[in-house]
Amino acid sequence: MSGVDLGMPTFPDAARQAVRDAQLRHNLGRATSTIRNKRAAVVDELDDWEQLRASGAAIKAHTLSRLDTYLERFEAAVTAAGGTVHWARDAAEANRIVTELVRETGETEAVKVKSMATQEIGLNEALASAGISAWETDLAELIVQLDEDRPSHILVPAIHRNRSEIREIFRREMAGSGTPAPADLTDDPVQLAEAARHHLREKFLRANVAISGANFAVAETGSLVVVESEGNGRMCLTMPDNLISVVGIEKLVPSWRDLEVFLQLLPRSSTGERMNPYTSVLSGVTEGDGPSNFHVVLLDNGRSEALADEVGSQALRCIRCSACLNVCPVYERAGGHAYGSVYPGPIGAVLTPQLYGVESEDTASLPYASTLCGACYDVCPVAIEIPELLVHLRNRTTRERKGWFDRLTGTAMRGLGWVFGDSKRLGRAQRIASLGGRLFGRRGIGRLPWPMSRWTDARDAPAPAPESFRQWWERNRTGSGDER
Amino acid sequence: MRVALFATCLGDTLFPGAVRATLRVLERLGCTVEFPPGQTCCGQMHTNTGYHEQAVPAVRSFVAAFEGYDHVVAPSGSCVGSIRHQHDIVAERGGDRKLSEAVGRVSPHVYELSEFLVDVLGVTDVGAYFPHRVTYHPTCHSLRMLRVGDKPRRLLSEVRGIRLLELPEAEQCCGFGGTFALKNPDVSVAMGADKTRHVRETGAEVLCASDSSCLMHMGGLLDRQREGIRTMHLAEILAGTEEDR
Repeated sequence: MSGVDLGMPTFPDAARQAVRDAQLRHNLGRATSTIRNKRAAVVDELDDWEQLRASGAAIKAHTLSRLDTYLERFEAAVTAAGGTVHWARDAAEANRIVTELVRETGETEAVKVKSMATQEIGLNEALASAGISAWETDLAELIVQLDEDRPSHILVPAIHRNRSEIREIFRREMAGSGTPAPADLTDDPVQLAEAARHHLREKFLRANVAISGANFAVAETGSLVVVESEGNGRMCLTMPDNLISVVGIEKLVPSWRDLEVFLQLLPRSSTGERMNPYTSVLSGVTEGDGPSNFHVVLLDNGRSEALADEVGSQALRCIRCSACLNVCPVYERAGGHAYGSVYPGPIGAVLTPQLYGVESEDTASLPYASTLCGACYDVCPVAIEIPELLVHLRNRTTRERKGWFDRLTGTAMRGLGWVFGDSKRLGRAQRIASLGGRLFGRRGIGRLPWPMSRWTDARDAPAPAPESFRQWWERNRTGSGDER
Repeated sequence: MRVALFATCLGDTLFPGAVRATLRVLERLGCTVEFPPGQTCCGQMHTNTGYHEQAVPAVRSFVAAFEGYDHVVAPSGSCVGSIRHQHDIVAERGGDRKLSEAVGRVSPHVYELSEFLVDVLGVTDVGAYFPHRVTYHPTCHSLRMLRVGDKPRRLLSEVRGIRLLELPEAEQCCGFGGTFALKNPDVSVAMGADKTRHVRETGAEVLCASDSSCLMHMGGLLDRQREGIRTMHLAEILAGTEEDR
């Protein structure tokens, strides 16, 4: 596990707390339904959405199938444009490279944008231990950082907070790390944004190092593309003299032309906008314009292993739009923290176990954090078959895990599988069950022992029918009657 | 038309009324219905819980029971979804090429009830009578695995005497999810609570769906809440006629 995911509770345990948090349920329900309705409206406008979606999937699948080639092409293009490419096998290596690069500048602070990959590797913590302060500049990331909280959504990391909670966080925490919030700050969104702007402006003007991620990396030109809504990305990419970008190796697209597809798919799927507000493209170093010292750290951190899995590798197509989160009924109730990873929701449930394995209880519980309702697949702009992947990873979990509970479940499943292998065995089991059914009559059962108590704690259970369909058929339609 | 009825393990054991209703509708429409006695279960519970190897016996018994029929009908979108989209995965995992081939022959002939009625028989008016207020929950696998669309609703809208009420957020999952209901009971119940709240908002007396499994979850919640709202399988509503009254 990486530094940011240590010792998380399992999904069911974390979710149990979350569903009891009325404020969280309210915030999430409101926010996700707003975004998913916006998305649905702008996607419906396009007649060729399904073609765009198929193109997005095909481009990504193609890139992943020749990733080595495109990565080398990207490295050559970045180098030719005056930048430097570094290769990081895992989180520790990436953190070491970035820390060293910041140290070389002689600076002790950095502004950050597009921080998902750096959160995955726990970069802020690594920098802090080297005496370097890293400031998040995305509004929601700022809220999360000020509160020493964790992000709970890919697009809206502070989705679990409403505006009055944000006001409290600003008033309490801003002074500790720069320009304080005004004493008379209210929870009016305009005032909150203004407070954040003042707080961040001071940092932008002072910073000489920026650390970014990227939405896309174009192999053909060595360009990094940062897609954002607040202009903070533009500030980070153009103002400081030093730029260090940490980019997952799956972010590659072959050519400039491919962006045409993704710059249509992403904003509509993500924020429900037709076009993205700030799209910044950085292609190497240009004299007198933007950073003169430019580094890209290409991050593997489990991706090569995921790529080797024929079914699982689809997850690497993900463009982090978060449409699957907003439409997921499980995410809507449990919230992002329950997934114990920087990647929450359905995509997190298939990505996290692949990046970190299923050895620990928490990652092994993630493929089961879904009803397999399929809503995620329908909205995915790159057509990742998330339900199929979840089932695939569940199979991996049952094969790799050997704890006592796993063994017990395995034995029960084998026994039941044996019963279902032969209709005579099933018929006998049904006759035993129907005896119980006659005992209960047709009333529902209010209480059953563990593990079925997990059902009856909140739901009545049906009693087995006094006569199975099979018995009824034998009695009425075969002439042989009940064979007992 | 000769039709093989797949009762599903859940229907056979816990909800035989829905299976008998399916039989009734099919026979009323002129089908000759057979119940292949070798049938057991589609294996979905095993497959979706990750026990693909342990699902092999169920898949084997399914193809053995239904091989050779042109039309196999089941009153469950979920089981039919598993048969069509997962039996090949299970057979492949089992490493049995013969089984894979048999799956390839059998699964295209398997239909969910509303698909069979509308697409194969070409009927939307099945001659049913049901003078009650009903709301319909389109179950996820019918909707997103089989893409049955509005077929169940078209069948219901032709039922004499029925008052169909629009269910808010109808396409959102009820929270059953097979073993999810046991592995993640808190989220499952939270989803079910929102679903049953929407059902109450409609003022319906009857909650209808095409999967007994989802109905077992929603019905279990409604019963516990003493809401006085009945759950009925689509087949049970389609089975009733004016002559029954």
